[in-house]
Amino acid sequence: MSAIPKEEYLLKCTSACAGCSSSLCLRYVLKAAGPDSVLVVPACCTSVIQGIYPGTAMNVPVYNIAFAAAAACASGMSNAFETLGKETNVIVYAGDGGTVDIGIQALSGALERGTNFLYICYDNEAYGNTGMQRSGSTPLGARTTTTPDGKPTAKKDLDRIVEAHNPPYMATACSAYPLDLYKKVKKALSIPGPKFIHILAPCPPGWRYPTEKTVEIGKLAVRTGTWVLYEREYGKLAISGPSKAAMRRPAPLEDYIGAQGRFKNIKPEVIEEMRQGVEQNLQRFAREEAGVC
Amino acid sequence: MLTIATGNKAVATAVRDAKPGVVAAYPITPQTEIVEQIAEFVTAGDLVSQYIPVESEHSAMTACIGASVAGVRTFTATSSHGLLYMHEMVHWAAGARLPIVMANVNRALGPGWNTWAEHTDAFSQRDTGWLQVFVGTVQEAYDATLMAFKIAEDERVLLPVMVNLDGFSLSHIMQSLETVDPGDFLPEYHLPHAIDTENPCGYGPMTGLNDYFRFRWDIERSTRDSVGVIAEVEREFAERFGRSYGPTEEYRCEDADVIVIAMGTLGKEAEVAIDLLRSEGVKAGSMRLRWFRPFPDLDLAGRDVVVIDRGYSFGFGGVIANSVRAKTGIEPYSVIAGLGGQEVTYNDIADFVRDRRPGEEMWFGVSEDV
Amino acid sequence: MYEVRIHSRGGQGGVTAARLLALAAFRDGKYATACPFYGAERRGAPVVSFVRIDDEPIKIYSQIHEPDLVVVLDTSIMDVVDVLQGLKGDGTVLLNSAHTLEGCAATCLHVDLTGIALATDLVIAGSPILNTPVLGALAKMGVVTLPSVQQAIREMFTDERNVRAAGAAYEELKI
Repeated sequence: MSAIPKEEYLLKCTSACAGCSSSLCLRYVLKAAGPDSVLVVPACCTSVIQGIYPGTAMNVPVYNIAFAAAAACASGMSNAFETLGKETNVIVYAGDGGTVDIGIQALSGALERGTNFLYICYDNEAYGNTGMQRSGSTPLGARTTTTPDGKPTAKKDLDRIVEAHNPPYMATACSAYPLDLYKKVKKALSIPGPKFIHILAPCPPGWRYPTEKTVEIGKLAVRTGTWVLYEREYGKLAISGPSKAAMRRPAPLEDYIGAQGRFKNIKPEVIEEMRQGVEQNLQRFAREEAGVC
Repeated sequence: MLTIATGNKAVATAVRDAKPGVVAAYPITPQTEIVEQIAEFVTAGDLVSQYIPVESEHSAMTACIGASVAGVRTFTATSSHGLLYMHEMVHWAAGARLPIVMANVNRALGPGWNTWAEHTDAFSQRDTGWLQVFVGTVQEAYDATLMAFKIAEDERVLLPVMVNLDGFSLSHIMQSLETVDPGDFLPEYHLPHAIDTENPCGYGPMTGLNDYFRFRWDIERSTRDSVGVIAEVEREFAERFGRSYGPTEEYRCEDADVIVIAMGTLGKEAEVAIDLLRSEGVKAGSMRLRWFRPFPDLDLAGRDVVVIDRGYSFGFGGVIANSVRAKTGIEPYSVIAGLGGQEVTYNDIADFVRDRRPGEEMWFGVSEDV
Repeated sequence: MYEVRIHSRGGQGGVTAARLLALAAFRDGKYATACPFYGAERRGAPVVSFVRIDDEPIKIYSQIHEPDLVVVLDTSIMDVVDVLQGLKGDGTVLLNSAHTLEGCAATCLHVDLTGIALATDLVIAGSPILNTPVLGALAKMGVVTLPSVQQAIREMFTDERNVRAAGAAYEELKI
């Protein structure tokens, strides 16, 4: 961790829940980005975490914007900074709802136009700010307040949707591996054009586990292969270290599911469907790595 | 069934009792509990309905449009930015003459983010052709939602209805609630122009300059007819279920020298101010405006009028104040109060009456010198 | 009209306590309203809930500024919030505490709701449940009746431990 700067841009006294992945990640994102950065934040947990007028918990400018609009706002800002000759980092920091559901049109447009910005989606797999309702990013079988019986459909594959836009850089990360995230943000910001990082952000009140287990849950997600850490530079796949081991021998899915109250009473057939989804995804990555498609 | 419930729960319960075939759901504070409660009703089998968890409010209204014209009763709920995000489709729903019912939990608009009560969101939909009612109690939230379906689906109306309730002040407060079994108060959904593959039609195609305006006139004519339909439905509701409603709710107005007009919870709390003023010898009364569209005729002749607006039209004045002025010719004392959840108590309302200056506008809590 | 202000932290059940109190008062045949006031809705933030109880219909929606009773479910809030603000001259404070409040200007009552919750094994996700036992204390104070408290709890929850905890608080609170 010695390479990580000591300067803090996420100040004390945020309004985050204890054990919040998003705040943990934002701290490292901002350390990697440095002070010449603007955060664009649509409606999401971060809207609340930054605090209430007249205070702010961030030591960089934060532009709050409407729910559907983050990537479009970033697009306008980025083009404006270019006109002004400024190199300010434009970084969207958005939840999964504002990315994969209501925000997907703006994201797709910004990617397609080759916008010079970094879009970070921290994914707690539900609408966290409004109390954990399902989003397109909620996994199969997960209980939320609008899926009391468990979500009947699979998690939307945001990463492959982004990949289809051929961005110069995209990556996945997880709050349990902050150094990995820090490096990926630093790399992203060194590349011109649209960059995308998708962070798995375990959420204690939403996923229903004790607040001190956030890192443990994140590691289980990676070790079971449920969440794959990887990067694509100009489309070329590189699996990150912790996921290499998971691909060879994934930990039992039950370890991950059993640790979270949102999967309580999940039916065996749903677990089986989840397992098949994990296996198929890992196989797909393996085939790509092997050059077979 | 007599119980105690929040405004949001009352709306969701009315939806359960109205039995829509499709509900489109998207969360937004302070409405979220409505769609969550409906999800629970559907999961428990208390409501048999297709529950569509859409990806945005624009899609929520559009899904309702599709479902409504396909031939089922539909419902959705929203608030503030969600309402604004679906604005294009809010216009569309009325233009398409679809009897959709939507609960709007009134909330202020950002920036900055503010989740508390303000009526500007509903006012911004003023000209869409939707009928709009503003409720003041949990019981009324339930009753008005049930009646909304009947009013909307009446063949003389066939326009969507928005039921407004104050964010947090009413959506989250618990008050007593008596639910009913609507029985045939709500007949089976029948839309004359529902999609019918045996009698195929085009819906909303290119419409030229010699025809378009006639459809707009149709909406206006139905809006005027809705006044009578609303009165009929409210009368029938009173006969069957024992609770009476009208275009306004009047309190101690008969011999009043000054009348306070407000909507939503401020209109109810005004009654406490009236009692306070009466104890001081001031002959005050309150008129809680329920129906915003169609805007009713008001009997205010010979009285001072204090209008409390919980929203505003920048550069023009209070929306209700201007409506009262236009309808009656009376110059009200226009008070702008309660924006973004600003606290307004019955003591403040009594002060508005005591300090009234007809024809002037006063922004509560703000000094011109600032 | 009897006005109660309940102070708690998000996630402790202060809002539910207010709703239970209103429901119990309602089952006592009174008119009652309950409303929360959130700052930012998240675990750990101070939350205030208001309950009004009256024999007449209640038409007030604004916040309670001069409560008859202040209930504090988490005494650590008192470092950041003036919980006694506006308390009526003859008002009462009920603290979730094993000890009384030093130098309390008003009538100060205390009961160890946390201890009762732990003893009754009324713990969810590591947090002791305070909202049902506090109803027992309020019944002992005569704000609502114990039978209505039991009925209200059973209407909202299936776990009988809640009723037992309320009963324990009823017994333990010394007026």
